[in-house]
Amino acid sequence: MKFIDEYRQSDLALRLAEQIERLTDRPLKLMEVCGGHTHTIFKYGIEDLLPRNIEMIHGPGCPVCVIPLGRVDDAISIAQQPDVIFTTFGDAMRVPGSQTSLLDAKASGADVRMVYSPLDALKIARKNPEKQVVFLGLGFETTAPSSAMTILQAAKDKVENFTVFCNHITIIPALKAMLDSPDLKLDGFVGPGHVSTVIGTRCYEFVPRDYGKPLVVTGFEPLDVLQSVFMIVKQIVEGRAEIENQYARVVTREGNRLALEALFEVFEPRDYFEWRGLGSIAHSGMRLRSKYASFDAELKFSVPGLRIADPKACQCGEILKGVKKPWECKVFGTACTPETPIGSCMVSSEGACAAYYNFGRLSKIAERAASS
Amino acid sequence: MRFTRRTGKRVNTTMMTGFSPSPLFERVERARRRKHKFKDTQITLAHGSGGRAMHELIEGLFLEYLRNPLLEKLEDQAVFDIGRSAETIVRSNGHSQTRMAFTTDSYVVDPIFFPGGDIGKLAVNGTVNDLAMSGARPLYLSAGFILEEGFPIEDLKRILESMRDAAGEAGVAVVTGDTKVVQKGSADRVFINTSGIGVIETPVQLSAARAEVGDKVILSGTIGDHGTTIMIARGELELETDIESDTAPLNSLVREMVEEAGSALAFEAIHCLRDPTRGGAATTLNELATSSEVYIEIDEDLIPVREEAKGACEILGLDPLYVANEGKLIAIVAPEIAERLVKRMKQNRYGQDACIIGEVKAEPRGIVAMRTGFGGTRIVDMLVGEQLPRIC
Repeated sequence: MKFIDEYRQSDLALRLAEQIERLTDRPLKLMEVCGGHTHTIFKYGIEDLLPRNIEMIHGPGCPVCVIPLGRVDDAISIAQQPDVIFTTFGDAMRVPGSQTSLLDAKASGADVRMVYSPLDALKIARKNPEKQVVFLGLGFETTAPSSAMTILQAAKDKVENFTVFCNHITIIPALKAMLDSPDLKLDGFVGPGHVSTVIGTRCYEFVPRDYGKPLVVTGFEPLDVLQSVFMIVKQIVEGRAEIENQYARVVTREGNRLALEALFEVFEPRDYFEWRGLGSIAHSGMRLRSKYASFDAELKFSVPGLRIADPKACQCGEILKGVKKPWECKVFGTACTPETPIGSCMVSSEGACAAYYNFGRLSKIAERAASS
Repeated sequence: MRFTRRTGKRVNTTMMTGFSPSPLFERVERARRRKHKFKDTQITLAHGSGGRAMHELIEGLFLEYLRNPLLEKLEDQAVFDIGRSAETIVRSNGHSQTRMAFTTDSYVVDPIFFPGGDIGKLAVNGTVNDLAMSGARPLYLSAGFILEEGFPIEDLKRILESMRDAAGEAGVAVVTGDTKVVQKGSADRVFINTSGIGVIETPVQLSAARAEVGDKVILSGTIGDHGTTIMIARGELELETDIESDTAPLNSLVREMVEEAGSALAFEAIHCLRDPTRGGAATTLNELATSSEVYIEIDEDLIPVREEAKGACEILGLDPLYVANEGKLIAIVAPEIAERLVKRMKQNRYGQDACIIGEVKAEPRGIVAMRTGFGGTRIVDMLVGEQLPRIC
């Protein structure tokens, strides 16, 4: 396929991998922040190509994985109310709450529908004026602008039966939390790609400045990731710590002004937002500004709003922080599988556990680690 | 693939050492093989997806209640003997039994009309193909209609027209039927069930359990066409492509393959035949690997996927390996006849893009893996959850 195959050439990958190997044999830990990168790394077996001294730590950038149990329960509780059509992206359907998932709620009679865009949810609202249509807003700055634009559209058209249950989060506070975490020793970051198309590269500048770590904004094709690893390792070898932009074909330093304006217009930061495994992080969540309160599902519906602890056996928290590898979790692959997930990391194809389960079982890295 | 530290030379460890199961791998395999008790309390859409949940439903519930030796085989059709006749003794070289194949399938596809076909064409071809995959010559079909109150007769006419045409092409007759009308809201427009019966006239021995080490895996053409067509035809995505469903009767293709195998080596040299419908090629290959207790390795670069389907899947985040097909088959055959079969298949209009996509190895049993175009190897597991509901 044109414009895709060019980024998946195995001969180039091998040459890149060779060049990375020539740079250094120092042991290095690099974190890919985005779930999209985790998916790419596993789907294409990139860890098998990398030299032994380079270890990839899979970060918290899978929005489905970091949504806490309590918020899932809240979503289900809204979906179960009479005359509600609850709309969501497909991968959130199977995330387990403390009792059930949205998929179970749907089977029990709740009207839960999968959509590809919040605009589709708005369309459903227009078609069903007698129903309340709720969209589960989920994701980083990647998906948040589309929620914001949809709310602006709904406000403009005076659609009264449409609301958003907002769980949008922002990447920078999470990145800061990771960098401040004492149990994490990282040498560099494979920086977010899609998020950066919106927020630009400027806002990462504190990473090299305050923490002395290189960060390379990276695309999602396998050659993108390999090239980015090469760029990070090269910085480390040369004693540099800078922001570099590997994904310059779509990412600029300033980001997407229109998207940022829409975000700022509709959303404001919450004081705290809970992340699964990472705990509460200040200013990391978004909520609707009071100007758009009539589109806020949290105000329109009463939700339990309980904070619920993760199941004891599940170690999603440690895995999201990269402190533990998926196979070090006792339930990985036995009680917790993609069919019967206990933790959220096993649900989304961007989650580290699901990625290891689906693609990584043959991985040499996993074999070595499991046998040592 | 790895590099040796000193020379920087490329070494493919997977190829050199074969597969060495890791403790991690074994732990997951142990859990996978453990017989799951069917614990679900209600039906979800995942139970109809053709993936793992459906298998658990069938094995954990249907089989528990309705178990018998024929059903237990969990093939797409039941094959049974119906006694001796002088004619069959002569015709099938000493095989003294007449073997019949019997199958049934229901169709709930949404939308009912889509590029390349409609629910009627699908209902005929799907059942014809299930019969053909046992090596049978399809003879007669039944058709049961569940119609929703208010369904336009014009639409029903269109459906019947394409059923007539499809039956004509496949050389079968619809000889019995049933009609039920339900209240508005109790069904979505039209659901069709077809059953089919056919006769096996050669001594073929086709079974999901017959794949042997060394066998070649043949795919009859491009994958992913039907599923992506349906997805796009729903209009939710506002994508426009020229892609069409591949729905087609495969009985002529199978007949020619069986003939070729018979004249080249032996009828029995074709070991497994399946049409990869719901759950796609990945799920079918997993079923074959599990039933035959073998390892199947396929090569991503050898699997034909139309550019349009590839593009649509890329946008939708789907993997063509898991997308439904309605006019394709996967054959696992003795290596000696693989090339000849492919050559013969290419002469049939439904086998033009036939090719060998992989081979059968011994270990690790019950697993399908794919060498990616990028140089890695990854496990191709069964579909989990629903990928696309109401695809056929």
